[in-house]
Amino acid sequence: MNPQKVESTTVDNFKRPSQTKEIWRRFSKSKGAVIGFVLFSIIAIMLLAADFIVPYEAAIKQDFTQQLAAPSREHFFGTDGYGRDAFARLLHGGRTSLSIALLATFSSAVLGSALGAISGYFGGKVDSFIMRSLDIFMSVPDILFTMAVVYALGANFTNLLFALTLAYFTNYVRLVRSQVLNLAEQDYVEAARAGGSGSTRIILSHIIPNAVGVIIVNTTLNVAKIILYESTLSFLGLGMPPPQPEWGLMLSEAREFMRTAPWLMFFPSAAIVITAASINLMGDGLRDALDPHLKS
Amino acid sequence: MYRYVIKRLLFLIPTILGVTLIIYAVMSITPGDPGRAMLGTSALQADVDAYNAALGYNLPFPIKYFNYVKAMVIDQDFGFSYLTKQPVFDEIWPRFLETLKLAFLGVFIAASVGIPFGIYAAVKQYSLWDTVPSLVAFFMAAFPSFVLGLLFLYFFSLKLNLLPSYGIGSFEHYIMPALAISIPPAAQNMRFTKSSMLEAIRQDYVRTARAKGAAERTVVWKHALRNALLPVVTQIGLSLGVLIAGAVVAEKIFSIPGIGSLIVDRIAYKDEPVIIAGTILISICFTLVMLLVDIIYAFVDPRIRAKYSNTKG
Repeated sequence: MNPQKVESTTVDNFKRPSQTKEIWRRFSKSKGAVIGFVLFSIIAIMLLAADFIVPYEAAIKQDFTQQLAAPSREHFFGTDGYGRDAFARLLHGGRTSLSIALLATFSSAVLGSALGAISGYFGGKVDSFIMRSLDIFMSVPDILFTMAVVYALGANFTNLLFALTLAYFTNYVRLVRSQVLNLAEQDYVEAARAGGSGSTRIILSHIIPNAVGVIIVNTTLNVAKIILYESTLSFLGLGMPPPQPEWGLMLSEAREFMRTAPWLMFFPSAAIVITAASINLMGDGLRDALDPHLKS
Repeated sequence: MYRYVIKRLLFLIPTILGVTLIIYAVMSITPGDPGRAMLGTSALQADVDAYNAALGYNLPFPIKYFNYVKAMVIDQDFGFSYLTKQPVFDEIWPRFLETLKLAFLGVFIAASVGIPFGIYAAVKQYSLWDTVPSLVAFFMAAFPSFVLGLLFLYFFSLKLNLLPSYGIGSFEHYIMPALAISIPPAAQNMRFTKSSMLEAIRQDYVRTARAKGAAERTVVWKHALRNALLPVVTQIGLSLGVLIAGAVVAEKIFSIPGIGSLIVDRIAYKDEPVIIAGTILISICFTLVMLLVDIIYAFVDPRIRAKYSNTKG
């Protein structure tokens, strides 16, 4: 006389491992996804190991005898206007950008999914309050909102993270809400309710696991968006405070030397584009792997 | 149908109030001192206090906010710039129109390039018309506008000397900034249109149309396209957000006197009245465009039309 027990022993044990394997098989069959995965892994490892490759000191130490040096064996990507090693700045700057992007993606996914699940599951007044507030909130363009928050609170890691989280959680609210509305009508949710499960249990063990695929795909693609976004902010001078390196900031400094030292502009540009593209490749691959019926 | 339009129009009021409140509240986190900013560092403290009191700066937040909105709505009065001491509205309005010009040029390019390529890629799936544009769009989606802007500046102005690098004198001045801001949303539009069209092609009514012997061209253009383009309308509205972000950086890179670059420049001077007013003005414009998109959507989507004509009124 315990339907939940039956479900969690039989279904879980038989289904889950094979499904994960199946997703991985589909993911690894897609050329783009594998290229993206490999590229991103290389980038991530280089950024993680940045301290071993070239010390942080090289990224901020000014050397006026070495201004605007061309790429050489000593300075792979040349030096900037202050004589700082561009390669070191690229690696250490990427570390900041990527960690902000990953953390902001994570926190916006958690905040947005929670609100979306509440909104979709409870419906009625709660739903319309959350959704109407969101409509208003989304009427402020992201870039202006983050600029205002960073201006008001000051530019540092935590505040940037906070601003980006607030700019991006809205996507998840709508996404998760529509997923929940869709899933709440499914027969197995009805069955769980008939079996006596409460709201919390239904949300946690029936709705979220089924909505998680869409959330993961979106989260992956969002990391790329936030990287582009964060670099735009730092290009405008609203990123991390100097002398901390950052890709957008490097580009805004490189602008001045476009004529004499164009490589200062090319390397950070390439870094931004390759990182975003590799994440997008993974995201597309994941989407096809998790949701095969979308791909013809 | 009118009921829907009126309902949406009425929702505009709380939206604009809410938007103003969010921006005003965020900007009030840092305590400012307008008296000191306006009168200068050498002014007497008593004069500064008197100035702040006359401005109502020491009042509680809700009253200050109410006064701000009242002045804004009734007299288009956004206060005075701390930096130039000029009325804020006179300063931001011409620059706002400049940004609007750039943004709408961008929307136009993004839609007129992205949508046809998206449709064609879906109709000719797996042909060169699909793979090449899709690949290009994929990479372009990874380029932020400011990287495109800088690369254009380097190649077309500096190396090839084809286009002017800054200013707004002639049509040529708009080519690079408009392309820089419209390429990322064009790529998004293309990808979105393609998937929407692919989905439409697989629907039952398309199969029915084929089964009854309709010509392939009729099937594609009449049955699939009309349904596929519905969500694209919303997508174009959403791409405006990306475009605004692009416009801010494009204005900075190409020295265009728009409102985005004004806000960024004034952040350095802590010129709050200009920052607040500029942000509010762009947000209101953004809200109006989104409203327009929703209304267009409702008019072209028979499902929404039906929902509102069944009910009385």
